[in-house]
Amino acid sequence: MEEATISVKDNVIHCRGSWTLPHLSQLERGGRALRWPETSTVLYDVGEVTAMDTGGALILQRCIDGVRRKGQQTALQGLKPEFAELLEMMEGQWAQLERGASVRRSGVIDRVAGALWARRTATIRALAFVGESTIAFGRALMRPRSIRWRTLLRIVELDGLRALPITGLLTFLVGVVIAYQGAEQLRKFGTNIFIVDLVGISLLREIAPLIVAILIAGRSGSAYTAEIGTMKVTEELDAVRTLGISPMNLLVLPRALALVIALPLLTVYADVVGVFGGMLIALGELNVSFAEFIARFEEAVPVRHFLIGLGKAPFFAAIIALVGCYQGFQIRGGVDDVGRHTTISVVQGIFLVIVFDAICSILLNWWDL
Amino acid sequence: MPSATNVEMPVIDVRHVSTKFGQAVVHEDVSLTIRRGEIFAIAGGNGCGKTTLLREIIGLITPSAGTIRLFGTDSRRLEEGDGHPIHRRFGVMFQNGALFSSFTLAENVAVPLREHTTLSAGLIRDLVAAKIAMVGLPPDSAVKYPNELSGGMRRRAALARAIVMDPELLFLDEPTAGLDPIIAAGFDDLVLSLKSLLGLTVVMVTHDLDSLWRIANRVAVLGLGKVLGIGTMQELSRSDDPVIREYFQGPRGRAASEQAAWNHRRSRA
Repeated sequence: MEEATISVKDNVIHCRGSWTLPHLSQLERGGRALRWPETSTVLYDVGEVTAMDTGGALILQRCIDGVRRKGQQTALQGLKPEFAELLEMMEGQWAQLERGASVRRSGVIDRVAGALWARRTATIRALAFVGESTIAFGRALMRPRSIRWRTLLRIVELDGLRALPITGLLTFLVGVVIAYQGAEQLRKFGTNIFIVDLVGISLLREIAPLIVAILIAGRSGSAYTAEIGTMKVTEELDAVRTLGISPMNLLVLPRALALVIALPLLTVYADVVGVFGGMLIALGELNVSFAEFIARFEEAVPVRHFLIGLGKAPFFAAIIALVGCYQGFQIRGGVDDVGRHTTISVVQGIFLVIVFDAICSILLNWWDL
Repeated sequence: MPSATNVEMPVIDVRHVSTKFGQAVVHEDVSLTIRRGEIFAIAGGNGCGKTTLLREIIGLITPSAGTIRLFGTDSRRLEEGDGHPIHRRFGVMFQNGALFSSFTLAENVAVPLREHTTLSAGLIRDLVAAKIAMVGLPPDSAVKYPNELSGGMRRRAALARAIVMDPELLFLDEPTAGLDPIIAAGFDDLVLSLKSLLGLTVVMVTHDLDSLWRIANRVAVLGLGKVLGIGTMQELSRSDDPVIREYFQGPRGRAASEQAAWNHRRSRA
């Protein structure tokens, strides 16, 4: 392959070879190692340059500029006409670059203030969104015909029915885990039958609804954000608005209502499968037969635990759907924003679900439920 | 490096290419060659497979039948692995820019240099700044993100990224669509000056009759899945083919050709 060189001989800088992109780093290194002539006029001999592209022209221009800045004159010799035009254009661009070197910088205080301000506007927007969706929900209840039932049912199918296998598997395993951990302790005291209380109450009241909610936040909340966000990026949302359709009615309400329907159903299913997991371990580890388990279940696990667990599910659903949709609407920029907000949507959804669950636990404890 | 054999060989050689998506036939036996140093335009009505042909040439889609050679290499081989050396010899400007939205304009333009060369950061910065200036973008736009740029600026930024490696071959997908007439004309000038400065071969897909008249050396008109005609605009405007006639002799086509004739007379005077 043809080489490119820059060298000094008798105070003349000789440029040779192919001054093109593949050889640029070589030229850059060569130029740096050079002992530049100290004469008042520096002569460049470029007659033996065989090829030049914009990169080569830029390197040459950089050399010339460096020499000029030291107060020396420069002269070019043997420049081929086809390169002259290129070099001339580079010279013009180069002069502009020096002036226009600007970088975006901001101080610490600016950044902190900016972050606080952003937080404030985000909070206001989130509250506005909750208010807006509550109003839309109220209106829809007054006129049930305005609800998009077709979309709603499709979402129930996608986010409820299709989530059955994974929800079942997870809660079954959680039931198994709880029963195993409990079995160890209960066996020490010979109170094997209490496995029913342990598995039944913890699963029905807390764990099954929570597991389902976390799963759905990851599965559906993220999808809502990505769907709505992509629609925003591709201007579909703007199209929806200009067609006189409210994005709230079209996108948010069906999703929120569908989850409010699907999540309690999934929770009941999770209760059954989870307790079944516990039953298997009770049989295997503690010799509690299915019949004994079920008989004990009826007297040890009051129905209120089941109802409390079930009652939390619609609220979890509303939180997940609203967070998911809200984050979708917050997407402003391009494609990378979709990914960022999808992450935020899942994290915030799970966070709020657990906070809500904790508040419920405290309140219910006060009321002795 | 252009050697004697390369000059003879067409840069792009499309032979008997057919494309089918399921039942839909996009191309049937399309053949064309593009020579070094020309501005070649692919024209035709909406949905006639112009962009599909372009995507086949650059190896993004594989044709159902036929071969496409790019610098003598089968374009199907471009799909294999990453960084086939041919990729460094051509640049592509996509219709909507396809800038990476998480990078600033300068970072976008720098991507090919960072990935394919070992240049120092300082030199990359200077090269990028020079290319940004070359396409006529103001220096302060370099730190902006794509969503902060207007459509025309995004198009220019995409062009800067396409030419940053000084490719021999440049593909432009609808370079002037959606630009105002002044910016579109400026874009045509830009392509012409880049071509004369860098000795580029340019392949562009366009509907823009004005830029067809102004900058294209040869034009291929696609329609009904075939190449209806290839030639200079003068030749095509005398064509007997009904579809070509309709395309170029419609009200807009006539206006563009009159404008071109007027420009021609004025440049002689």
